[in-house]
Amino acid sequence: MFKTIVDWIDARIPMTRVYNMHMAQYPAPKNMNFWYVFGFLATIVLVNQILTGVWLTMSYVPSAEGAFASVEYIMRDVEYGWVIRYMHSTGASAFFVVVYLHMFRGMMYGSYQKPRELLWLFGMFIYLALMAEAFMGYLLPWGQMSYWGAQVIISLFGAIPFVGDDLALWIRGDYVVSGATLNRFFALHVIALPLVIVILVFLHIVALHEVGSNNPDGVDVKRKKGTVSDEDKTKFEFHEYYTSKKDILDDVVPFFPHMVLKDLMAFGVFIFLFCYVMFFNPDFYGKFIEHPNFETANPLKTPEHVFPVWYFTPFYAILKAVPHKLMGVIAMFGAIILLALLPWIDRGKVRSVRYRCGLHKLNLWVFAISFIALGYFGGTPATSVSDILAPTFTVLYFAFFAALWIYSKNENTKPLPDRITK
Amino acid sequence: MSNVPVDNSRRRFLTAATTVVGGAGAVAVAVPFIASWNPSARAKSAGAPVEVDITKLELGQLIRVEWRGKPVWVVYRTPKMLEQLGQIGDKLLDPESTEEKQQPSYAKNMTRSSREEILVAVGICTHLGCSPTYISEGYEEIVEGVNSGFFCPCHGSKFDLAGRVFKGVPAGLNLQIPPYYYIDDTTILIGKDKEGAA
Repeated sequence: MFKTIVDWIDARIPMTRVYNMHMAQYPAPKNMNFWYVFGFLATIVLVNQILTGVWLTMSYVPSAEGAFASVEYIMRDVEYGWVIRYMHSTGASAFFVVVYLHMFRGMMYGSYQKPRELLWLFGMFIYLALMAEAFMGYLLPWGQMSYWGAQVIISLFGAIPFVGDDLALWIRGDYVVSGATLNRFFALHVIALPLVIVILVFLHIVALHEVGSNNPDGVDVKRKKGTVSDEDKTKFEFHEYYTSKKDILDDVVPFFPHMVLKDLMAFGVFIFLFCYVMFFNPDFYGKFIEHPNFETANPLKTPEHVFPVWYFTPFYAILKAVPHKLMGVIAMFGAIILLALLPWIDRGKVRSVRYRCGLHKLNLWVFAISFIALGYFGGTPATSVSDILAPTFTVLYFAFFAALWIYSKNENTKPLPDRITK
Repeated sequence: MSNVPVDNSRRRFLTAATTVVGGAGAVAVAVPFIASWNPSARAKSAGAPVEVDITKLELGQLIRVEWRGKPVWVVYRTPKMLEQLGQIGDKLLDPESTEEKQQPSYAKNMTRSSREEILVAVGICTHLGCSPTYISEGYEEIVEGVNSGFFCPCHGSKFDLAGRVFKGVPAGLNLQIPPYYYIDDTTILIGKDKEGAA
């Protein structure tokens, strides 16, 4: 009976083929470690955001007059409205936590290197779309920080020579951030950008499965057709789409169930932390929901301190560290563009940090520390200490790319293992 | 199917011509979508001038009024504040207000105002659009030797009590002075010059 139904569907749409190709018969390197769970977690969070987002839309009023009150209405009067809203607001921060870890994984194991450049670029486009999505979403509660955060970020476009002021005016649709801005951000936040993100995620996965997953050793698990003895070949059955092009070594396992189980295990830990934040600390010390946002937007008064939400603060710190408007904006966007160009800045052939030179290990750690430090300085008021340290870490952030470009040309790497180690 | 040989140049021309016409159509269709993001007629017409009554304004006090959705400050400066404006020129980026578009001609003077003691300025930082904080006393902590001024909480831009920007801060322009004039001794009309130009 079940088989009849499956056969009926398979004759009309390639359900079983797609399932096998991308789940049950997709080869995943068996040495994937805990760093490889964040892609899965990001997908889960995306589903959470879409689901809770749709429900929030049912009670939210997208207007300057009604927005703030409608969020209060959701929190106080709508049944379980507070759960759905906190799932959404905690999900936004969780999204960036897992995406940053996912990106750092790619940097550690050289997952952006040839042939995964396009895969990395799709990832960067997702990251950009995600930042736009988060930024526009943060305006919707129409609190003080929503308002002034948007005012600052939109004004960044005003720094562009000649067209800047007109561009900022065009984005706002008014001379200051107003209801017109709120309404268009709502439209983009709930329709346009989620569509873009879902399409990009689809392309990201298609690109991943075409080139195959990287692994912590950064060595290939597929060889040229006809070069691997039967003994060394994988004992699992994989889809012929993969086996017909390359010989697959005995270093892989089917994605389902092996990797999915590992991911579900991580999901268990993740959901535990998520629920702690959601139920016991939803504003997370004013970092996930900033305290001035409990006050309705007032266009005449800027809060004492204006900070973006934590996931933007590293770039915000770079903006602040440069004492020139246009150069600051260029540095901030440059910091993101350089990340996207990583496949071409890194001229090395060895992928994983495990087999690269000591300088690369150091460089990578300094980069990670700089990013976190910038995140801290971007989210706290300026002091005499931060006036020195924030520019220092800004320099270190950019130095990562410069140094990488130089030493990766003739790098003193360790010998690569023939096969993945464990 | 006819047996006439394929005329490649004709085919290329037709492909190119179709692409150009299609492309022009796509651009034409994009116009309403892009233009609809511009400020609406309602947003444009909301820019009417506002009247401010300054009878109750006390020495050293700042009041905020809304003009075109923006905060406009009216500050009653004390003689001591005014005296200081003349002494700090070397700390400022543009003490002479040379940037034409930042103020009307009648505010292109040391106090950047038409009546010496009353400052009227758009309270939006010329860096990234936050509204700076008015600090009437104790500004020395921010700029040495200056008693009062404005400090932007967002990125630390500093302005003196004539809205002139200090050197070495992210903002590169003095605060905007809106067009305004005194209807009578105690009433200011913001958003309009005396000649009538908006």
